[in-house]
Amino acid sequence: MKHTIAVIVNNRPGVLSRVSNLFSRRAFNIESLAVGPTQDESVSRITLVAKGDDAVLEQIIKQLYKLIDVIRVYDLPAASSVERELSLIKVAANAANRSEIMQVVDIFRGRIVNVSEDSMIIELTGDEGKITGIERLLAKFGIKELVRTGKVAISRGGGEG
Amino acid sequence: MEITGAQALLESLKKEGVDIIFGYPGGSVLPIYDALYNEKGIRHILVRHEQGAAHAADGYARSTGKVGVCLATSGPGATNLVTGIATASMDSIPIVAITGQVGTAYIGRDSFQEADITGITMPITKHNYLVKTVEELPMIIKEAFHIARTGRPGPVLIDIPKDIQFKKIDFKYPDKIELASYKPTYEGHPRQISHAAKAISVAKKPLIYAGGGVIISGASKELFELATKGNIPVTTTLLGKGAFPETHPLALGMLGMHGTVYANYSVQECDLLIAIGARFDDRVTGHIEKFAPNARIIHIDIDPAEIGKNVRVTIPIVGDVKKVLSKLVSQVQAKDGDAAWIGQINEWKNKYPLSYKKNDTIKPQYVVEQIYEATKGDAIIVTEVGQNQMWAAQYYKFTKPRTMLSSGGLGTMGYGLPAAVGAQFGNPDKTVVDIAGDGSIQMNIQELTTAVNNKLPIKICVLNNGYLGMVRQWQEILHGRRYSQTDIANNPDLVRVAEAYGAKALRVIKIDDVRKALDEAMAVNDRPTLIDFAVAREENVFPFVPAGQAINEMIVD
Repeated sequence: MKHTIAVIVNNRPGVLSRVSNLFSRRAFNIESLAVGPTQDESVSRITLVAKGDDAVLEQIIKQLYKLIDVIRVYDLPAASSVERELSLIKVAANAANRSEIMQVVDIFRGRIVNVSEDSMIIELTGDEGKITGIERLLAKFGIKELVRTGKVAISRGGGEG
Repeated sequence: MEITGAQALLESLKKEGVDIIFGYPGGSVLPIYDALYNEKGIRHILVRHEQGAAHAADGYARSTGKVGVCLATSGPGATNLVTGIATASMDSIPIVAITGQVGTAYIGRDSFQEADITGITMPITKHNYLVKTVEELPMIIKEAFHIARTGRPGPVLIDIPKDIQFKKIDFKYPDKIELASYKPTYEGHPRQISHAAKAISVAKKPLIYAGGGVIISGASKELFELATKGNIPVTTTLLGKGAFPETHPLALGMLGMHGTVYANYSVQECDLLIAIGARFDDRVTGHIEKFAPNARIIHIDIDPAEIGKNVRVTIPIVGDVKKVLSKLVSQVQAKDGDAAWIGQINEWKNKYPLSYKKNDTIKPQYVVEQIYEATKGDAIIVTEVGQNQMWAAQYYKFTKPRTMLSSGGLGTMGYGLPAAVGAQFGNPDKTVVDIAGDGSIQMNIQELTTAVNNKLPIKICVLNNGYLGMVRQWQEILHGRRYSQTDIANNPDLVRVAEAYGAKALRVIKIDDVRKALDEAMAVNDRPTLIDFAVAREENVFPFVPAGQAINEMIVD
């Protein structure tokens, strides 16, 4: 089972390696990891997607709290949070299939951010399913390169997390 | 007052109550050693290998309850501390390791004697620091000591680049620290404590399983009250030895892989297991699914991550063991104990006592029994790792906390002698005995020099069987007696080695001389004594639960 976890950490050098080190040391599986600043410049937010049952999730959260630089840990269930990922996809494109690709991008509400003679770069934001969906549809044109940011998430409603 | 970073380090250490550090100089700590040259308030003990410094700090910490401090230079000096830091980490021992680092301008350039020691020690420290400016140094030291000694204690490393040791600072030691993200829970939840009290009152077959946390928390008195008030038998882990007097009728000795039969049977039969400051290590539980199958489990621990890590717990209580136990004791009813349960345990005790076959060879168990007699049960016993460690745990009756120092979690051969050095410095008036094997003692034998130079009257009892005995035992039982690389009978003459170091040394080859030699060693008070006991070569540690078996599935002889 996948869990999305937000980890609020002191914005100090080495903190990211403390967190990732913990995951490898305890043999927890990370599927994605995204890190960035927050509204408070003294802290950063790491969003992790980890695999495991509830007992594993509990251990991950408790072990994270043992790191001195970890301030808060939030478990973010999909049903009560907004999750997004950004993806840039460089797809092979020529005059013949360009409009077909543009249609696909339109349906997914993506954007074309660069066009060259033999390729296009598509920017797409969405949840995991949406990004996987467009990947599948674009595959037949030939995906030359693809990059995903890893998931970020925030809880719905006015509460923390 | 303007002083250098190196001087600020020493001033800060003194503010933390440090009066002794164990260390070894080198290029990147020259300014610190220069400051130590005139320092009156801190005694520096020169070891002969940095690993010895880390273990000495650990032995000092375990035996006194204070934070132990070690100091080493950058690169190899720092990496030589690693085993000692990992040892302290696994057993929750508060040490502060200070390392020099190459100058800030040289970091990241693969400079001479550069090692990323904060990166290397991340998984084996509670926290670590690379000091970036001299201004932050005092606060870092204050935080380091606070983190090392509070909550679940552990090692903290501070890496100080050489240029920062030279830089001037207007020194002022901070009065308080702000660590928003570090707030250990000390008070157990009152509702959980009352649940636990109720569970204890209805249990027919309760059992206490006490670990090192009882000793760290200073909760031996509270443990004794709980056990005697409710008439609850007590088994301890290796690190819990001394938390409860083993001379008491309720004491069951150690449980687990080399635990007593009656302790392990009690675990498997009990209907309530009260785990206190213990972490359900695999050497304790054996096959985890088959551990304590009939028991509800109360688990008291200051580290929330220990709850539910290895076993499912019925009543978890996160908090300081001493605080939780004192509340729990007041709520537990005084009981005689279930007669059938106590009777059953006593029957096991009579039927399956710890025993070994006596003959005219020197049995290592006999040596440990004689050490117990010769020290009147009042010594600080330090062990190495392997058979010597298990026999020490089985045959010495520990009655007081902080008298059994052993590398339990990491199982570090070579721990004993340097840890004994640290313990003797922390307890100058006590008898300190290192129970060693001929394999382990050679892993840090250079610390004999430290003991000799400082006139430490440590008694080193080598149970010399010419084997890496515990590994040989596994090879005998589990690998068809194929003694691959475990015969070390080609050892050097340990008596001559010890004498070369300036220690007193004795060899005992006859059983009748065991006690005589021990008494002779006890009378020496100005230098260490090494006694080389030629013990029965292929003696095994029993009971023995092969790894992965349930703990009542024991080989007893």
